[in-house]
Amino acid sequence: MPGKLKVKIVAGRHLPVMDRASDLTDAFVDVKFGNTTFKTDVYPKSLNPQWNSEWFKFEVDDEDLQDEPLQITVLDHDTYSANDAIGKVYIDIDPLLCSEAATVISGWLPIYDTIHGIRGEINVLVKVDFFNDLNRFRQSSCGVKFFCTTSIPRCYRAVMVHGFVEELVVNEDPEYQWIDRIRTPRASNEARQRLIFLMSGELQRKIGLKVLEMGGNAVVGYLQCFDLEGESGLVVRAIGTACTLEKISTLTSASATHPSNSSPSKDMKDSPQAAPSTLGCRSTHSSPVHSASGRLSQGFSVSVPTLLFAGMKPRHRSSEAPRFRQCRPVFGEEAPGIPLSSGPPTPLRVQTFSSFSPSKSYSRQSSSSDTELSLTPKTGMGSGGSAGKEAGPLKALLRQQTQSALEQREYPFFTLTSFPPGFLLHVGGVVSARSVKLLDRIHNPDEPETRDAWWEEIRQEIKSHAKALGCHAVLGYSESTSICEEVCILSASGTAAILGSRFVQDGPLDTDYRLSRQPLVFSTGAERVEGDMGSSASLGFEEVAPPGCGFCHIPYDELNIPFPAQLTYCYYCRRFKVPDVLFTTIDLPTEANVTGKGCLIQARLCRTKKKAQGEGNATAISNLLPFLEYELHTQLMNKLKLRGMNSLFGLRIQISVGETMLLGLASATGVYLTALPSPGRIQIAGKTPSDITYEQHISNMQKKINDTIAKNKELYEVNPPEVVEEMIGSPIPEPRQRSRLLRSHSESSDEVTELDLSHGKKDAFVLEIDDTDAVEDIHALLTDSPMPPGFYSCNTEIMPGIQNWTSAIQMFTSVRVFRLNNANLTNQGLNKIFSDLCENLLKSLYFKLRSMIPCCLCHLNFTVAVPEDELIQVAVTAVAMSFYKDQTLENGRQSGDKTLIKAITENDEQLQFNLELNAESSSSNPLSSTKGLSDVSGSHPSARAPPVDYSSFADRCSSWIEQLRLKAHTIRRGSVKTTSSLEKASPLPEGRSRSLQSNRSYSGSSVTVVKMTPLSFIPGAKITKYLGIINMFFIRETSSLREEGGVSGFLHTFIAEVFAMVRAHVAALGGNALVSYSMKECVFMENPNKNQAQSLINVSGDAVIFVRESELEATSVQPQSAATRETSNGGDGT
Amino acid sequence: MSVELDVFVGNTTIMDKEVYQLWLNGYTVNDAVKVRIEGGIMEECEASAEVLLSDTMDQYRTFQMCERLLHHPAKLANQLLFQIPPDRQAMLIERYYAFDDAFVREVLGKKLSKGTKKDLDDVSAKTGIMLKSCRRQFDNFKRVFKVVEELKGPLVENIRQHFLLPDQLARDYAAIVFFANNRFETGKKKLQYLTFHDFAFCAGQLINHWTVGAVDNMMDDMDVDLDKEFLQDLKDLKILITDKDLLDQHKSLVCTALRGKTNVFNEMEANFKNLSRSLVNIAAKLINAKDVRDFFIDLVEKFIEPCRSDKWTSIDVNLYLIHYTNSVHILDTFKHHGVWNRYMGVIKSCILRMYHE
Repeated sequence: MPGKLKVKIVAGRHLPVMDRASDLTDAFVDVKFGNTTFKTDVYPKSLNPQWNSEWFKFEVDDEDLQDEPLQITVLDHDTYSANDAIGKVYIDIDPLLCSEAATVISGWLPIYDTIHGIRGEINVLVKVDFFNDLNRFRQSSCGVKFFCTTSIPRCYRAVMVHGFVEELVVNEDPEYQWIDRIRTPRASNEARQRLIFLMSGELQRKIGLKVLEMGGNAVVGYLQCFDLEGESGLVVRAIGTACTLEKISTLTSASATHPSNSSPSKDMKDSPQAAPSTLGCRSTHSSPVHSASGRLSQGFSVSVPTLLFAGMKPRHRSSEAPRFRQCRPVFGEEAPGIPLSSGPPTPLRVQTFSSFSPSKSYSRQSSSSDTELSLTPKTGMGSGGSAGKEAGPLKALLRQQTQSALEQREYPFFTLTSFPPGFLLHVGGVVSARSVKLLDRIHNPDEPETRDAWWEEIRQEIKSHAKALGCHAVLGYSESTSICEEVCILSASGTAAILGSRFVQDGPLDTDYRLSRQPLVFSTGAERVEGDMGSSASLGFEEVAPPGCGFCHIPYDELNIPFPAQLTYCYYCRRFKVPDVLFTTIDLPTEANVTGKGCLIQARLCRTKKKAQGEGNATAISNLLPFLEYELHTQLMNKLKLRGMNSLFGLRIQISVGETMLLGLASATGVYLTALPSPGRIQIAGKTPSDITYEQHISNMQKKINDTIAKNKELYEVNPPEVVEEMIGSPIPEPRQRSRLLRSHSESSDEVTELDLSHGKKDAFVLEIDDTDAVEDIHALLTDSPMPPGFYSCNTEIMPGIQNWTSAIQMFTSVRVFRLNNANLTNQGLNKIFSDLCENLLKSLYFKLRSMIPCCLCHLNFTVAVPEDELIQVAVTAVAMSFYKDQTLENGRQSGDKTLIKAITENDEQLQFNLELNAESSSSNPLSSTKGLSDVSGSHPSARAPPVDYSSFADRCSSWIEQLRLKAHTIRRGSVKTTSSLEKASPLPEGRSRSLQSNRSYSGSSVTVVKMTPLSFIPGAKITKYLGIINMFFIRETSSLREEGGVSGFLHTFIAEVFAMVRAHVAALGGNALVSYSMKECVFMENPNKNQAQSLINVSGDAVIFVRESELEATSVQPQSAATRETSNGGDGT
Repeated sequence: MSVELDVFVGNTTIMDKEVYQLWLNGYTVNDAVKVRIEGGIMEECEASAEVLLSDTMDQYRTFQMCERLLHHPAKLANQLLFQIPPDRQAMLIERYYAFDDAFVREVLGKKLSKGTKKDLDDVSAKTGIMLKSCRRQFDNFKRVFKVVEELKGPLVENIRQHFLLPDQLARDYAAIVFFANNRFETGKKKLQYLTFHDFAFCAGQLINHWTVGAVDNMMDDMDVDLDKEFLQDLKDLKILITDKDLLDQHKSLVCTALRGKTNVFNEMEANFKNLSRSLVNIAAKLINAKDVRDFFIDLVEKFIEPCRSDKWTSIDVNLYLIHYTNSVHILDTFKHHGVWNRYMGVIKSCILRMYHE
């Protein structure tokens, strides 16, 4: 009995009239937890009863504490007949079980009835006296913190990132039980709500157990989903990333972290550490397509890699020495034969290895390597070299170590989308897997083996795709399903990447330490490098590439590119290969160098399908899927080019299945990465050039396209820095010579380099109009209407190119259902309808939010569904955030210089890297090369504006300056002063101090009680405390649809009610905001003939306390008052 | 092919003032869209008619959902369903309770009953205000009336506190409630030239000086009804016209004071007895509820019209009333100075306000 739950019912208000005769209510309250129930006295004849009950005490297992919700029912006492229920409140007491979260739940909570909606409010007090159970065999996992946020939460530091955790539980859906035929809709809804609460609790507990087992203390990026499989049951599944988090002490956070913590960047960033980096990125989308074979439910699988970039010919055939000596298997599953990837552990690997959490169940390989590792001497590097790669790329080796460490895990997946510096080294591209399954009844809910097996298959698939891209980890990983009748599409996607060993190793490295060390290591000779290898190599070598472009560098082997791609040298650092396009599911790394602004890019597709049953249906769907995905990608690619951009972040492809159609919606944020080549033109080519009108038509189209591209470039301020191009192709000798020099050290042949540099922009992207499909494509391309002036949109956490947010935010959800009355629609017709639906929805949003201009719609999340035949449902959740206009202009003006200066800064850094290369390549003479380099730098000092010492300083600070820049308004005057000297290195907008003031005056007028946002931060404010996860599930039903304002009125009320309940629960926890909010499920069903409708909504997020920057300023002066301010702020929120 | 469902819900409820006004004015969604299109919003925001329709429908739905809260404005502040910033809440309430002068002029002094409500279509036709809006305004009057009727304490303050209205609006409502309660006749043709604000001013005078609350300021009575005791005492003023000596004395005092100060002295002198009789008679009859109703028509017929036909200016009227009131205090046999002042103070300000030259 390790827990005592105490509940006090204080009062009620705004209760509905239950007794028509007196127009009053005789209310009492039923408090239930587990199987124990307490009742308050009846408070007669009042709509605002004051029960002021005693403390009801429940003595329960901590297991129950985690699983069960507290259920409070308000009833109307009736002497003669049964008491009428007014409504219920479910309270998740999980936040109270964690010492760092909330301590009490207290406040007015809406009383909810599934038929009538909110019916008054009740004031309750809930506390838990908790004695932690230290029993090793315990089934509970109290104390593990859960976060929906897909980054390291603001006031925490990641000590270690353990990796992927998943769990699923299944049950029978009460709606489909036999008893449902005889019980009331209310009873059935309540059974369902309660069951889902229970299942979520159980799921969290089980996930928590796994985390504890892995040695972690928190789950970040917790994503829980429901599959309403109908007859076959109800599945609740969750994935997340286990971490060990450490709270940043309040004192430090008050002083040290303030510049960044309210910023959209992560906590970790405030340490002045240059981000890590390395090679490659490739925008591939290898989408395995599963076709259903005979036994669908067993999975099968033809996995067809969809090659997306049909129009490109890989021109680059370089014969240079491979950066990694070993060839990576392309599309191979495991590669046991290759020594480096999974062979006997090299000594170095030990490091990374030992850093893993001691989770036995998760490491697949034997743990013998652990011991071996601990024994390995520091000179391991030397032995590693002798093992077959002398002069070999240390970097690759180091990476191998991380990789092999990661391979120990069953799934090296991370649900995070943005990362602490040093975590992400290279991005490979998007990997996704889908599979079509036939649902069958789950016979034994305690052993949900089939569902587990299905997901296992998919995850394996993802893992092997990642491997094919030369990556050892998958980031931004998510899973989803789409169910129609008995067919279910399971999808998973993520971004293949290479990770730095740091977090897998040991956590919060002090960045000063690393940076100060780095030059030291490189400047010393080869022996030194070898000697130090054990301790610093993994740090130093992997971080050499500049933070702004490192993640773009390809992680795979150039010789064995897993898909056709065009590689060029990085336009930023000029040292590593980058792909021409990069697709990812993660957020744009904060340190990335971006030109201009980003924008939302959507590909929309609708395909008809014949009605079918069972296996036939599944086969039909799986046959359609590859085409759907291929076309979505083509569309994405075209639209990306049309905007003059070269990368996609936050890519999310949703495929939704209905009885007669398949819907595909891909959303992502397009960005121009400075490191990547600028996209080629789009050229239209007809196949019958004889016809003059036809030619004219084509040239018209071509003109239109060119105009649109030009317009878009202007709109998004995508003016690829001419600077860079000059550096490559211009006759100016100095930079060129220099870059060549550099290259000659890293590569073996000069000619190849030259060739590489030249191509890229000459290539045009050719669209051939030889069939209707192409016409359709072009049509779709051109029908995207531009955003009205003053608006920007993205689906990621941060909008590239906009940093100066005001504190005005507006989160919203919009739902539309469209009925196709015409049954015989062609694919084109459907496409147009679907595309228009999305476009119109966006237009409506822009119109609605016009008062917030200049403003950006962030985290635009579209969900499509086919609720029934001929219906298309689109739901959007996003947050509109306004920003300061004047500053944007200034930013735009400065962006040119900025990139120039940055490029130069990086060049300086290159020198150091070069030294390192020299050192490791035994063939070249370190001394001479150093001399040569210094000659270059000495003879052309003007080429590099900042002096060397300055640049290193700037470099060290660059990451936190970046953050400063990100939320200029959060900066206090003092910090502005400190950074002012760095203005040139990373130009801070001059308008900042101005905006500071205006923001200050603005913050006072904020009146919102509880803010909600799908982002992980609140502009202009600092999150001081995470109070726990909010995860709520509601059902609403009506049998008087017309009276409630029709379907729109019904759903409008319901969504408003859900928001209200979420806000109330956040406030009761003492919070004043919900971050990382998401509406994961919004099911709507109607039967207008019966005047009925039903809707289910599932929402989640992290309840937090935030403090406005302006208040914080006062706080930092008197740190002691911080606590009181916090509470007073929380009080305001209630 | 049609949009079957279309909703937008913000964490902070978005409300467009312009659409709100259209809704309050009783426009249908389609008419409101037309008005908005004519207002040029499409060009301004690059919106299509479709977008406007969707936005308007959505806003209308929001207002409808809010309406029940607006009936009890105090609830708006502590309800949880809509998150509305306080300044917005104040705007919503103020506009919801705002009314058209033309409309209120029609119902002022009428019983706020179902019967009156049924006649609103006539009012609507006459004033050009949409029936829906008329109903809203009428229901507002009735709601305020019902709540305030039973409350003790100062009328204006009660209205302000219960309906969170700004001061001026609360005063106007006090006037409406007061008129409705006393059923003052305001609809006669002869009163048509008076605006609502004229009446509201008079109501303010009556509330401040002639109700029970006005004198003893005690909480245990209401501002809605006239002070019965005072009305009773008014009968004593009759002496001013029944006692011949007193009447003559009064006249000579007034005439002495006015001589040479006005161009209409002769008319004043000639009409003095008539006018004095009228004013005192009005006072004496106020004890009868029926005559209270005719208070304003009496003032117009028996005082204002004769003066106007003699071309008095407002200055003349003012001068006359000052001396007419003050001279009484010099009459030795007259004992009812308190009642006289209380009566004439209000009469004077009402007449002056109602005296449109």
